[in-house]
Amino acid sequence: MKAGLFLFTFAHYLSIMSDINIKITDREGVVHDVQAPTDMGMNLMELCKAYELPVEGTCGGMAMCASCQIYVHSDHPLPEMTDDEDLMLAEAFHVKDNSRLGCQIQITEALEGLEIEIAPEV
Amino acid sequence: MIKTDILIIGAGPTGLFTVFEAGLLKLKCHLIDALPQPGGQCAEIYPKKPIYDIPGFPEVLAGDLVDNLMEQIKPFDPGFTLGERAETIEKQEDGSFIVTTNKGTKHHAPVVAIAGGLGSFEPRKPLLENLDKFEDKGVEYIIRDPEMYRDKKVVIAGGGDSALDWSIFLADVASEVTLIHRRNEFRGALDSVEKVEELKKLGKINLITPAEVTELHGEDHLEALTVEREDEKIRLETDHFIPLFGLSPKLGPIGDWGLEIEKNAIKVDNTLDYQTNIPGIYAIGDVNTYPGKLKLILCGFHEATLMCQSAYKLIYPEKRYVMKYTTVSGIDGFDGTRKEAEKAVIKTIN
Repeated sequence: MKAGLFLFTFAHYLSIMSDINIKITDREGVVHDVQAPTDMGMNLMELCKAYELPVEGTCGGMAMCASCQIYVHSDHPLPEMTDDEDLMLAEAFHVKDNSRLGCQIQITEALEGLEIEIAPEV
Repeated sequence: MIKTDILIIGAGPTGLFTVFEAGLLKLKCHLIDALPQPGGQCAEIYPKKPIYDIPGFPEVLAGDLVDNLMEQIKPFDPGFTLGERAETIEKQEDGSFIVTTNKGTKHHAPVVAIAGGLGSFEPRKPLLENLDKFEDKGVEYIIRDPEMYRDKKVVIAGGGDSALDWSIFLADVASEVTLIHRRNEFRGALDSVEKVEELKKLGKINLITPAEVTELHGEDHLEALTVEREDEKIRLETDHFIPLFGLSPKLGPIGDWGLEIEKNAIKVDNTLDYQTNIPGIYAIGDVNTYPGKLKLILCGFHEATLMCQSAYKLIYPEKRYVMKYTTVSGIDGFDGTRKEAEKAVIKTIN
């Protein structure tokens, strides 16, 4: 019984350990503080969808539509842009220096405290 | 008036497979799609991407999946209204429907199956102040008739395959073709990029990069554009401006058909047959939503199958029917073809 309780608590502890906090500002300016799992191979586009935030992700995450464009407001180390992402952003609208495609950024522990904003819809 | 048994709106994988399942029940189908070719997103956005979760296919390219589906449904001779968007629906006294497209094509069917995915694909328009004013007056987002550009000056903007391919094609048609892109690099297929480079050297394509169209000028018709390249502003005389920045799906007019909509999808309260709140109209594939919904092609195939059984009962309420296995019954095409398993050869050992 005690061992079971310990296992449960330990598993629960691990699951908390694998979550990070991310601040997402939606298109109305509302800030959402969300918990993001780092152990599910999820990216920021999928995270927004999981919290039912208005990100389309039309192409499903292949950097082929720019419907998950976000602005990164915090100074976190992000994965380098691939040519696919770079060239897709070159055809997108409302692009700024801090634009990224949410689908190309995997959620990792290094992103704890990340602040992003969802770009306008086109 | 086009008449059919099941009118399918959306020719993506779910819509196409519906033709097969309906065909097994001897129901004829006709499909409407806003895109000029069948296949939906698979053909338009990612034809060269592999899909790994189609049962029985460890790996299949999206474009090949569409080709295979077209081959599979060929015996059931589906009709297509392509490049037109389903605009209005009118319920008739007998419960059937008339669906009219934006070009006025009318379709009549007892059952309508909406397999519209994320919606109909609409061109993504650049953010230019007076763009609306010149729409169809020199600004076009989709090239429908290349002949209208013969001996005209044309400016194309974009960095993907459409922008490259149309620049190449129109180089032989228009009097002058200018391609403008925000980068020096292009996203399109390598051979298209090389071809544009070659045509540029031959003086048949005027390439302006990294640059952007920032203003449109003209009275009743487009006459010129302002192009900004770094700190330089260029005025470019032109007859046509064709921005090709891809397509984005919009639910569009279907959203006004009186169907229950939830989060940009059509609500179907049951997973029994995916019928909507309007009897006779079904919603299948990515366009629908219900508790537990997953937007997967394989789920769309399942939904199409159940929907066809229900449509059959709706069209022929008096007929009794039992589902058959294709391994047993084979396939009788509407075109007179028949596919069936080879008969067993019985050999006697003496």
